[in-house]
Amino acid sequence: MTAYLIRRLLSVIPIALGVLMLTFLLFRVIGGNPAYRIAGKNATPQKIAQITKDRGYDKPLFVNFQNFPRQVFDAQFPRLVGRLVRGDFGESITTKEKVRDILVEGIWPSLCVTMPLFLLNLMLAIALALLAAYYRNTWVDRFLVVLSVMGMSISSLVYIMVAQYWLAGEWGIFPVWGFEGPQYLMLPVLIGIVAGVGGSVRFYRTIVLDEMYQDYVRTARAKGVSPQRILFSHVLRNALIPILTNVIIALPFLYTGSLLLESFFGIPGLGRMLVMAIPNGDEDVIYAETFLGSMLFVLANTLTDIAYAWADPRIRLK
Amino acid sequence: MNRPESLWTIAWRQLRRNRLAMLCLGILTVYVAVWFYAEGTFWTGRIRDKTPTYKIAHYDIRNQPPSAQHWLGTNYAGKDNLLLVAQGTRIAFEIGLLTSLIVIPIGFVLGAFAGYFGRKTDTVITYIFSVVGSVPDILLIIGIAYVVHGVVERSTAMQTFTRYIDSGLLSVCIAMGFTGWVGLCRLIRGEYLKHRDRQYVLAARALGVGPLGIMFRHIAPNVFHIVIINFSLRFPGLILTEVVLSFLGVGIANEPSWGAIINDAKQRLWLGNWWELAGATAAMFFLVLALNLFGDALRDALDPKLRTAQSTGN
Repeated sequence: MTAYLIRRLLSVIPIALGVLMLTFLLFRVIGGNPAYRIAGKNATPQKIAQITKDRGYDKPLFVNFQNFPRQVFDAQFPRLVGRLVRGDFGESITTKEKVRDILVEGIWPSLCVTMPLFLLNLMLAIALALLAAYYRNTWVDRFLVVLSVMGMSISSLVYIMVAQYWLAGEWGIFPVWGFEGPQYLMLPVLIGIVAGVGGSVRFYRTIVLDEMYQDYVRTARAKGVSPQRILFSHVLRNALIPILTNVIIALPFLYTGSLLLESFFGIPGLGRMLVMAIPNGDEDVIYAETFLGSMLFVLANTLTDIAYAWADPRIRLK
Repeated sequence: MNRPESLWTIAWRQLRRNRLAMLCLGILTVYVAVWFYAEGTFWTGRIRDKTPTYKIAHYDIRNQPPSAQHWLGTNYAGKDNLLLVAQGTRIAFEIGLLTSLIVIPIGFVLGAFAGYFGRKTDTVITYIFSVVGSVPDILLIIGIAYVVHGVVERSTAMQTFTRYIDSGLLSVCIAMGFTGWVGLCRLIRGEYLKHRDRQYVLAARALGVGPLGIMFRHIAPNVFHIVIINFSLRFPGLILTEVVLSFLGVGIANEPSWGAIINDAKQRLWLGNWWELAGATAAMFFLVLALNLFGDALRDALDPKLRTAQSTGN
């Protein structure tokens, strides 16, 4: 197990470097000199030259041979790696704040929205999926599936606009904008559940149905176990493994919050910061959030694999 | 000797029995008709160098609710909303096609090489798609769209393209294309792994067919249904993502895509103009719904494994 653990954790490093390289190629090489995006549309050449020099965009990309053999790594990519390893994510162009401070400030409001949203959505989706699977091939099942697909067919932007306009604006049931207390979170969470539950129900229903056709279910039925008991103590238990995998994979996405919910309801989370960073050309913020999101995803993946290996010894040998 | 029935014949027979799938196919046909119509008006305007009807502003009839002349009302510039929504259909299909032109070649070829050759080729390709797949989709799409938007705006070489394709449309498709191939690549790799030691492949190899011939002439027809299923299930996601990109300001700005219309309607909703939002949402709703349901039916019909799983149960 220890050997597997070490091997699996070490395999994170090449992936992390790959992600770093991918984002670097995207933002620094394919995109051309980032100074153009930072300076905006009507920037003077002097300003662009200034930004280029200040932020080191005029240095070579990977290795620097100007003062060979000294300062070989005084190039853009090695410097970036070094900075990230030290936990320095640069600073915001608009506010001059350290990106690390921005991330620390933004994570709590984001989690305030996404955690309840995620948990409620999960519980509701599993409950409805079990219901649909229990009544499979009847009108209950078909109704739930069609309703789920219908729910998935409307843009989440529309859910937000309609709910914010009528429920909050016209009828005044919820506050429209801000982040001052739990009541400000109610509507975003509600919208998030309505917008997201359809897809989850459909997904979990497939998982539950997959289990329903297994041999052990037939055995249980043959020895006279009641259908309810089969569903809850046999099927649900086995379905929990794929459900859990899906949940762990989804966890990293909680940290960016919901880009749309946060910006529409004025919740100062990471999602809203990302949305505001784009038109401002706030390169370091976009970069940091993309990189962190990927790293969390890789870690979650690794944890799932380790959990699997812990549960199933056969995997360790592969 | 009778030719044995092909996968496609069997699948089509099963689809025809499925009334819901046939209804969805009908809806999709209507959308394709609207798409051709919109493509026609768009290109007529381009070729004759005239502003097409849907782009002409009528400031005397701004923000009018639905009426007999304008079934879906008019927008802030007095443009007919129904015509705009029809153009949105065109853009939705263009997004689907252009994105697939990126996704299918990359995903299929890389998946085929990884699955067929295995060993080092597989390691390298698996590494590449693990890296791309590690960046959360929406962040990568935003990142690429944002960067490409800047490149397209500044570079002169790109202007030859953008004379024919809207620059926003181009960057949206590039962003979604270079993110979306990972899923297809995984599936195709798995299929090639399964097929590479089948008897017909061994027979072809024994007859001296080269690896490329085996991969693309012998195996490809047997796994191509995966591409079709993947496309029909990915297409609705593209339409929904486009709306988010429009909202974020890295989407399509100069053409009336559904995302652009919905994003425009955002401010107008507070002035009581609900028809802009309703029109685009309804058009999107029926297309995405039909695609989702039809894609499911298609998968059930084309994927024999799922078929047996469902028919053996109860």
